[in-house]
Amino acid sequence: MTERVETQGISGEHYNFAYLDEQTKRMIRRAILKGIAVPGYQVPFAAREMPMPYGWGTGGVQVTAAVIGKNDCLKMIDQGSDDTTNAVALRNFFVETTGVDTTTKTKDASIIQTRHRIPEENLTKDQVLVYQVPIPEPLRFLEPRETETRKMHALEEYGLMHVKLYEDIAKFGHIATAYAYPVMVQDRYVMDPSPTPKFDNPKMDQMEALQLFGAGREKRIYAIPPHTKVVSLDFEDHPFEVTKFEQPCAICGAEEIYLDEVILDDAGNRMFVCSDSDFCEERRDVGHVGHLGTNPLEAEGND
Amino acid sequence: MSLDIQNSEDLPLLQVSNTTKLYGGRIGCKDVSFDLYPGEVLAIVGESGSGKTTLLNCLATRLTPTSGSVNYRNRMGQMRNLYEMSEAERRMLMRTDWGFVHQHPADGLRMTVSAGANVGERLMAVGARHYGNIRDTATDWLGRVEIAEDRIDDDPRAFSGGMRQRLQIARNLVTAPRLVFMDEPTGGLDVSVQARLLDLLRGLVADLGLSVIIVTHDLAVARLLSHRILVMRHGHVIESGLTDQVLDDPQESYTQLLVSSILQP
Ligand SMILES: Nc1ncnc2c1ncn2[C@@H]1O[C@H](COP(=O)(O)OP(=O)(O)O)[C@@H](O)[C@H]1O
Ligand SMILES: [Mg+2]
Ligand SMILES: [Zn+2]
Repeated sequence: MTERVETQGISGEHYNFAYLDEQTKRMIRRAILKGIAVPGYQVPFAAREMPMPYGWGTGGVQVTAAVIGKNDCLKMIDQGSDDTTNAVALRNFFVETTGVDTTTKTKDASIIQTRHRIPEENLTKDQVLVYQVPIPEPLRFLEPRETETRKMHALEEYGLMHVKLYEDIAKFGHIATAYAYPVMVQDRYVMDPSPTPKFDNPKMDQMEALQLFGAGREKRIYAIPPHTKVVSLDFEDHPFEVTKFEQPCAICGAEEIYLDEVILDDAGNRMFVCSDSDFCEERRDVGHVGHLGTNPLEAEGND
Repeated sequence: MSLDIQNSEDLPLLQVSNTTKLYGGRIGCKDVSFDLYPGEVLAIVGESGSGKTTLLNCLATRLTPTSGSVNYRNRMGQMRNLYEMSEAERRMLMRTDWGFVHQHPADGLRMTVSAGANVGERLMAVGARHYGNIRDTATDWLGRVEIAEDRIDDDPRAFSGGMRQRLQIARNLVTAPRLVFMDEPTGGLDVSVQARLLDLLRGLVADLGLSVIIVTHDLAVARLLSHRILVMRHGHVIESGLTDQVLDDPQESYTQLLVSSILQP
């Protein structure tokens, strides 16, 4: 029997809960379960048209729509920030179609959908991290044939991934790949965490939260279940290294976290601040300050 | 069957029995049988359309024969039917024990990655994970195929036809294969470039003690490189034997025709 799960949005329109019909959600859940059962394996799924363009994360949206329930609390981030156009639009989409609570606080969220970053704060077993993925196939760069890449995954023929890293070192003297840095999942499948910065790769390893990846245009879903081994590929003499930032966050003083460069004025003044805006705010709330003191962007005249 | 590793030098590396490939009703190759021994260079000759490429591809597992069997003696001395192996085993053979040199280098190279990575790929495919060692081996192999060391980071699009073909050869030989298949390796090259490549090939094959099956329509190439020869016509092997004997004293009238037309100035 099909359950009727309707929501009336703020706009007054009626939607099936989370926009997708129940049958589609079940189909996506089956793909997700398969992905969880075979960590890192790309599961094809019959992606649906969503009321937004592909570049907007339709894969992630469908995954979130399939797992979200009435009692969930959703956080939506793009480049670590909750306030970009993309994050706001997707958050509003779920508010409209589900009526669930939303938050910008990492620790209050039960589902976090992200476009690039993994939050700085450790995620827990009660959370699900949903990634919006543009290009799921790590081998695509050197092997355009889908039949061939599938075979390579099936037979664990991953030499090509190292060819890519070899090229980096030959050209730049080090592994210059900074985003979409390939990882080996549970010693079996090579996976593209695209477009996450490699800074976040170590967080994927043994993470307590469930990680789900959705690629809308390419119609693929994959997953990393909690406590799964995730290793960034490298060479013995060029080991994987996370991006290092020279200075701490200018406004909260945090070190060894991922920073964004922010232009302050026309004179070209700039500062480096936490890319994870919630993390930064939490720190400032409890009294941490960086060398610029208060946030120059929040100074008088801005509010 | 007893496995006598000591004597595997005297045993065939490849045993081909009644290999047939039909394209619908048309014959690609028919009932081909022969043994190839370690260190032996076998040339498959014949005019265009005679079935040389079809046969080669059937032997190299690039094309499944309609009937017949192809057995290969692995490094453990066991004779294995190639078409009863798993695909994983076959693909492993192809990137370790075997090489395949295509007529058109672009079919055998990765045109968008550097020469060094082209040579290093097979090493990485079998687990090499030390950049410095991979690069040293690639440098060494580029030298052996007469490509200047300072071209190691250039991609093959910047190479001449002859250089590309030499790069393709290095890329294949880097894992010290036991058996190399070649389909008209000098085919698309200028005569002077061909001569240099043939010299190089002859040296490498002798140094490495390679077993080679080479397809060519050029009897001069067969003469220079091969110990034995198979002459094909309409998909059948019509004559075979030691290269010099077949070319100096062809028995079949078709072979006589081939030889005379080639040897005429
Ligand atoms: N893919 C194919 N489909 C149908 N016929 C083919 C195919 N490939 C080759 N043939 C035919 O098989 C015969 C042998 O071809 P081929 O092995 O390419 O000869 P060679 O390499 O000696 O020129 C020819 O008659 C050719 O037209
Ligand atoms: Mg041919
Ligand atoms: Zn901060």
